[in-house]
Amino acid sequence: MNLFTIAWKSIKQRALASSLTALSVALGVALMVMVLVINGTVTRMFSQSATGYHLIVGAKGSPMQLVLNTIYFMDKPIENLPYKYYETLKKNSAVLHAIPFNLGDTTQDGRFRIVGTIPEYFEVEYIPGKHFEFRDGKALSDGFEAVIGARVARAYGWKIGSEFPIAHGGNLDDIHAEKFKVVGILAPTGTPNDRAVFIHFDGFYSIAGHEKPLDEARAQDAALNSGDAPIILPNPKPIEGGGVGTVRAATDVPKEAAPKPAAGPRKIASEQKEVTAILLQMKSDTLAYLYAPRINKAPVAQAANPIAQIDRLLRDLVGSVRTMLLVLTGLIIIVSGISIFVSIYNSMADRRREIAIMRALGARRNTVFSIIVAEAVLLCMIGWLVGTLLGHALVFVAAPIVEARSDVLIDPWSFEAGEIWYILPGILLLSIVVGLIPGFTAYRVDVARGLQE
Amino acid sequence: MSLILQEIRKSYREPGGTVLPILNIRRFELASGEQMALLGPSGGGKTTLLNVIAGITTPDSGSVVIDGVDIAKLHEVGRDRFRSKKIGFVFQTFNLLAAFTALENVLVGMSFAGLGGNKKRAEELLKHVGLGHRLHHRPAQMSVGEQQRVAVARALANQPSLVLADEPTANVDPANQQTILDLIRANCRERGVSLLVVTHSLEAAGQFDRVDKLSEFNHPRAA
Repeated sequence: MNLFTIAWKSIKQRALASSLTALSVALGVALMVMVLVINGTVTRMFSQSATGYHLIVGAKGSPMQLVLNTIYFMDKPIENLPYKYYETLKKNSAVLHAIPFNLGDTTQDGRFRIVGTIPEYFEVEYIPGKHFEFRDGKALSDGFEAVIGARVARAYGWKIGSEFPIAHGGNLDDIHAEKFKVVGILAPTGTPNDRAVFIHFDGFYSIAGHEKPLDEARAQDAALNSGDAPIILPNPKPIEGGGVGTVRAATDVPKEAAPKPAAGPRKIASEQKEVTAILLQMKSDTLAYLYAPRINKAPVAQAANPIAQIDRLLRDLVGSVRTMLLVLTGLIIIVSGISIFVSIYNSMADRRREIAIMRALGARRNTVFSIIVAEAVLLCMIGWLVGTLLGHALVFVAAPIVEARSDVLIDPWSFEAGEIWYILPGILLLSIVVGLIPGFTAYRVDVARGLQE
Repeated sequence: MSLILQEIRKSYREPGGTVLPILNIRRFELASGEQMALLGPSGGGKTTLLNVIAGITTPDSGSVVIDGVDIAKLHEVGRDRFRSKKIGFVFQTFNLLAAFTALENVLVGMSFAGLGGNKKRAEELLKHVGLGHRLHHRPAQMSVGEQQRVAVARALANQPSLVLADEPTANVDPANQQTILDLIRANCRERGVSLLVVTHSLEAAGQFDRVDKLSEFNHPRAA
């Protein structure tokens, strides 16, 4: 019969008090587990989504805004780059993949972003080691085709063959007449791709009014070729929502004057096209490191390292929130620890005789001390185990709600390293600390007097 | 096993500060395998004497030599170890651990002597004292007579050289008093264990070949 068996007997003897104290620890641990799991999910979501490409190239401005807008479909597009810039970049021998993104439009109700891109986007790993999978259908191949993320499909109930129009520049009063047909539905990725509608780049420019007016486009092209700066900024007619196609804002173009809808894909001159961002995968990390400053030094564009931007975001914003939550839950656990201390310490008065009997039977002071500490350790470990299960169970319950509200996919059974490296040692240390004083009380029990109680 | 007490003095300081002498024993002996009863009134120092012999309490002065070892001179850890291996205790109030079953009560005592894994021996002992059917019952589920039998089995579990019994029948119903006494004596005799029973019962003491009155050799107030 070892110390833990003896301690366990004592815990069982005071089942109600023991259960309540273990439960208080469990609740603290559950909260901490939830914070860690959700934080881990958010961190992974941001980090993983950002790791598929070396650089995001876009108009000069805030690199954070560029990354948030291009990768996470948050915030507004900064501005556009000439399509020729994209073509030049794509031909660069250091570039493995250059994917153009045209952003700015949304679905008819404004809930999801429209992304004009090329079929190659679906061939590149969206995060290292992971390729897009189609739950249904295929990738884009023609002008008015669309591939939709899993979340979009669920939200609208769209299937292969469903057709939909898009809102110009996010302006819900300005719906393009052209309709796009769903040809592919992506399997869930747990990334912002789930809530995007991808349309073919050519289709995007086949929408009436999306192309740059020819005279303006030629003037810009001339400026680009001559090296005059600024080449792109400012856009002469910016509208709310920004992005490509901003020349035809609802506020400054009367509805009756709107261009006629295109019957099918049109051939648009390169100089009339623009891109909001370019996702770059270089042939090596070193090349990415070398090319970013070169792009940034030139007047046309900026190259943002998505990982660096997301690290900054996580450190500055998410990191502080996480730290605050962890400190709060840590305090909860300490309070739970104090309740264990109070419970065991209060029981010592009743257990003086029990301890004296053990001592009379030959138990050493160290032995009875260890039994009491073992009791605190057992209670805390039970609390940790129950708390860990409870925490994951709560995340399990909350996951679909969070997913529905924020599109964040949470795996309730994903185990965070912090549960082992932070919580477990923390709880173990706490249990030893709270067991010390009751342990010393047991240590100091006068056997002769205790036997007479 | 032999027990020799020499020049034992023990006193307690009362809350008011006055010193209350309890024991003043010039010499007391118990031979190996001998069984004796020590008679004395309540408050006469019987329990203190047993505590001194068991090493639970240290005397103010004097020696307690058991099998050639003066346990009064041992460090506390040494006394604990000696007690767990050499001395069995039967208490007036049984002193069983309420959370443990009969078997576990025996095993827990054995574990303190490093014999915790010998479950078979614990079961045999309990069967020997007539509790084969009560192995997994807790003290609260047993009669007082049964509880004292568990205490007897526990006292013998570590194969001690000396069993100290403090009023072992005082809390047992009259029907079981003789049984308990017989059980302790027979088991000690079978194993060649020395037995010292302190009691205030003349009837119980009368069954022993050797009966000493504590007052005859303990003179706490003598200089």
